[in-house]
Amino acid sequence: MFSAFILVPAILNGLMTGAVYALIALGLTLIYGVLHIINFAHGALLMAAMFAAYFAHELLGFDPYLAILPVTAAFFAIGYLLQRFVITPSSHGKDENILLVTLGISIILENLALAFFQADTRTIDTPYAFEIVDLDIAFLPLPRVIAFFAALGVALALFAIMRFTDLGRAIRAVAKEKRGAELVGIDVKHIYAMTFGLGIACVAIAACLLLPNYYVNPQVGNAFVLVAFTIVVLGGMGSVTGALIGGLIIGLVESFGGLFLGESLGQIGIFLIFIIMLLFRPSGLFGQRA
Amino acid sequence: MRGYRSIIAVAVILALIPLVVTSNLWLNIAFTALLACLLGQGWNILGGYAGQFSFGHAVFFGTGAYVTAIVMTTTGINPWAAFVLGIGGGALVGAAIGFLVFRYGLRGSYFALVTLAFAEVFRVLANTMAITGGGSGLVVASNLRPEIFQQTSRLGAYAVAAVLVVGVLFITRALENSRTGAYFVAIRENEDAARALGVDPFGFKLRAIVLSAAITAMGGALYVQVFPYIDAPLMYGPRYSVEALLVPIIGGMGTVFGPLLGAVVLHLLAEAATMVTGDIAGLNLVLYGLVLVLMVRFLPRGLIGLFDPRVPKARLPLPRIAGRRRREAGDA
Amino acid sequence: MTKTRFTWTRRSLLQASAAGGAAMATGVIGAPAILRAQPASVPIGVLHPVTGAISYSGQQGRMGAEMAIADINAAGGIQTLGGAPIEAVLGDAQSSPEIGVTEVERMAEEGVSAIVGGFASSICLATTEAASRYDLPYLVDVGVSDSIVTRGLANTFRFGPGFGTITSDAINNLVTINEAAGNPARTVMIIHEDSLFGSGLAGLLNEQLPQRGFEVLETIAHPTPQRDFNNVALRIRANEPDLVIPANYYNEYVLLARTMQQQRLQPKGIYSVLGGAASSYRFLAEFPEAAQYIMDCNHWFDPRKQAALDLKARVEAEGAYFTYEVFLNYSCVQVLADALERAASTDRGAVIEALASSSFDGHLMPYGPTEFVDGQNQGAAPVNTQILGEEIEVIFPDEFASADAVFPIPYQ
Repeated sequence: MFSAFILVPAILNGLMTGAVYALIALGLTLIYGVLHIINFAHGALLMAAMFAAYFAHELLGFDPYLAILPVTAAFFAIGYLLQRFVITPSSHGKDENILLVTLGISIILENLALAFFQADTRTIDTPYAFEIVDLDIAFLPLPRVIAFFAALGVALALFAIMRFTDLGRAIRAVAKEKRGAELVGIDVKHIYAMTFGLGIACVAIAACLLLPNYYVNPQVGNAFVLVAFTIVVLGGMGSVTGALIGGLIIGLVESFGGLFLGESLGQIGIFLIFIIMLLFRPSGLFGQRA
Repeated sequence: MRGYRSIIAVAVILALIPLVVTSNLWLNIAFTALLACLLGQGWNILGGYAGQFSFGHAVFFGTGAYVTAIVMTTTGINPWAAFVLGIGGGALVGAAIGFLVFRYGLRGSYFALVTLAFAEVFRVLANTMAITGGGSGLVVASNLRPEIFQQTSRLGAYAVAAVLVVGVLFITRALENSRTGAYFVAIRENEDAARALGVDPFGFKLRAIVLSAAITAMGGALYVQVFPYIDAPLMYGPRYSVEALLVPIIGGMGTVFGPLLGAVVLHLLAEAATMVTGDIAGLNLVLYGLVLVLMVRFLPRGLIGLFDPRVPKARLPLPRIAGRRRREAGDA
Repeated sequence: MTKTRFTWTRRSLLQASAAGGAAMATGVIGAPAILRAQPASVPIGVLHPVTGAISYSGQQGRMGAEMAIADINAAGGIQTLGGAPIEAVLGDAQSSPEIGVTEVERMAEEGVSAIVGGFASSICLATTEAASRYDLPYLVDVGVSDSIVTRGLANTFRFGPGFGTITSDAINNLVTINEAAGNPARTVMIIHEDSLFGSGLAGLLNEQLPQRGFEVLETIAHPTPQRDFNNVALRIRANEPDLVIPANYYNEYVLLARTMQQQRLQPKGIYSVLGGAASSYRFLAEFPEAAQYIMDCNHWFDPRKQAALDLKARVEAEGAYFTYEVFLNYSCVQVLADALERAASTDRGAVIEALASSSFDGHLMPYGPTEFVDGQNQGAAPVNTQILGEEIEVIFPDEFASADAVFPIPYQ
């Protein structure tokens, strides 16, 4: 049970899973860091993006990796519009209201999907789905290896955007000091919506990366929501680095939790980390002290 | 004192309903609505009055149900006693969670998330431990002596639920009129100001969560008496957590009758939706989500706001208090 | 993978059946007996979780029941009631016992003579109890929990087998198959989902397998849904069991099978008990390589009965899959119709008596004539199947085996 043949693949599995979790959490942390919104609809939007990628494959023949471009663009737009025209007007300034509105959106999305697509799961079959990368000590499914590097790449890209582009500077300005940003001429409403759109775009990319090795059904978002929140809290709300590191850590926790406690009980590891982080260090590993 | 007459009026209406409604189907629907009202009123105490929004209220509902069911299946104890124990179990969990969470000052969104996490932890534990039946759940036998809940008809279940609801309405009104209730509201409106005025937020939030948990657990204990099977995903899953917050939000948070109104409207809406949409999958749940969004958008005070002129339809802007201003979305 | 297409064509199948049935019925009744009044229909409740998490199974079950009703009506309805057609009163349990109970109340109010369905054990436990208050006969289609028929409810009948039977048959058959191959398998790993279905099964297996000479190396529980089976695969690799016994629902089963294939795991056999995908035509269609040689002990129709084969052809012609929910529900309705015939009445008590004394073999299942003792049909038993090539073959019992078991799996 403790041989290298078990532990090394478990570590690698954990890292690969964690990278995709990190990508999903990246969007969430960006949204929180700037808008201070806890986006409860994150999982449902992931599910919607997965369905979009699924149908792009089934109906239009798009390989999921190719579909990344159109799906991401589409969901960026959806995120922008949602934030600007649904979430903000409903919030009336209270945090809790935003929680409720995003909860409502997630209920709507999930059940619309149930209504139109039924609960059965769908999978796609791509020629490379069963390819493995053969390291003697472990067999790594190719799609997951690709997902790992892609997730890292997106994290890097996001970091670069935030650091070096005008948009990134504007976003950081708004996050730091909203009034000041307004005063220097930044359109805050627009920036908010752009940020939300960016966050959802991350989710869309994650969806396309997940599809080859996973399945899609209307409930699939639920499986990822709490994990994403845990990562955000662990890494620090608003920290891109935190989301990445946090994601990898959680991936490892899940992997080892499942290995040693069984998959059922192992889930508890994630929730306990969540609770403990919230209680003892809500600012997370990399976040600013609240 | 003020406000009890309206509760008595509601009690009379509830008592008269069975004279008009004889169909078991509608009595069952009425029962589930009253159950939802209990759930919602529990949430309302913590969320509506004390301002702490919980997203995992099922943790109390499920505990009430499980404690009652376990006690009933392992000992031959009288179901009424088991019922009381279920409420106690829920209150205890409320105290434990409240102590842990409020001690470390969790509020707002953090609080909502942590309650969700607790509900999930309980779900996984209940699904794994032998005492809760693990994955197989618990079957509460239905061939019991006549004086027990379960032998009662839908009418009997309705009657018990109605009595409990009226009782809870009284408790809520009493709370509203009391100093404790005033402290709850003070904490809700501005916790720091309240503390500055000498109100201990920790102590009162703890009271709020314990009362809230007890009432919600009562709903769970009642559930077990009427529906003979429970399992972890059902009891601790999102379904009852969502219903717990939907009901008071729709009806009117921070009011005595809000949850009752919300529960009735929600369940009637569900029935209507089923009749209209037939078996187009999930459409009635889409309705739930839509209603939630619309309520928050247009009627943040809930439906009660339409009826009660004393309750403001929209929140008034708070006066400035020495440098602190109301947070807007996106504030750093 | 053409999901949208099959949904619509299933509707059109129903419409076609209903239209055909109605046309034939009106043709039979209308022409020669215009003056004879149309006999009152017999309402039967058809209750399934057609929305919510288990909606696929619910919809398949409803389809099976509706097809049976259409066919029976087309053949003249209930003869002893003057050719009265069966009227389906559809109900949606929304994957929740609480709502299932409300539907039972509704159906009871609408005066149904019996209810068929439920599907999930959790739903059935609540709905049968609710129906018992009206002495309303309730025929459970699938729900395998043993508690369903051990509560002493006189109205509750189950046509298919329960856990206990399924597990002991599964183990008996496994022993037989193993012996026939020279006992290559001794060690076992059980992988089950952690709700009522999987946990109950795993418990029984853990109890009985050692008594029959097998060693259970490890039992892994996983939640539904489960995101990833790579670590489960790791543990399979670590333990190197001869046999892997999965007991879970469709999605997880598929994920597990694919992961095992990906990780190049090669146990001597994969023997499922109520495997979610192991005897599913859909699984075979979607992942033929991963599905090869998988054995299952599950509900299955009687391949010797032409009516079953005809129904299969009809269902598949419309692009739907012939899953166990379909043929179990179809058969249940047939059993009910027979009971109605013998009761010659729509009175609920009479139907209960007719069911209790039922001895009907016109159904699609390999159970022999029905015989309900304390509500459980005695002849009900699972059957062993194996996916070989492009077909799902019955490998055991011998009376209707269509192929020999291939065991151990011949890896290249």
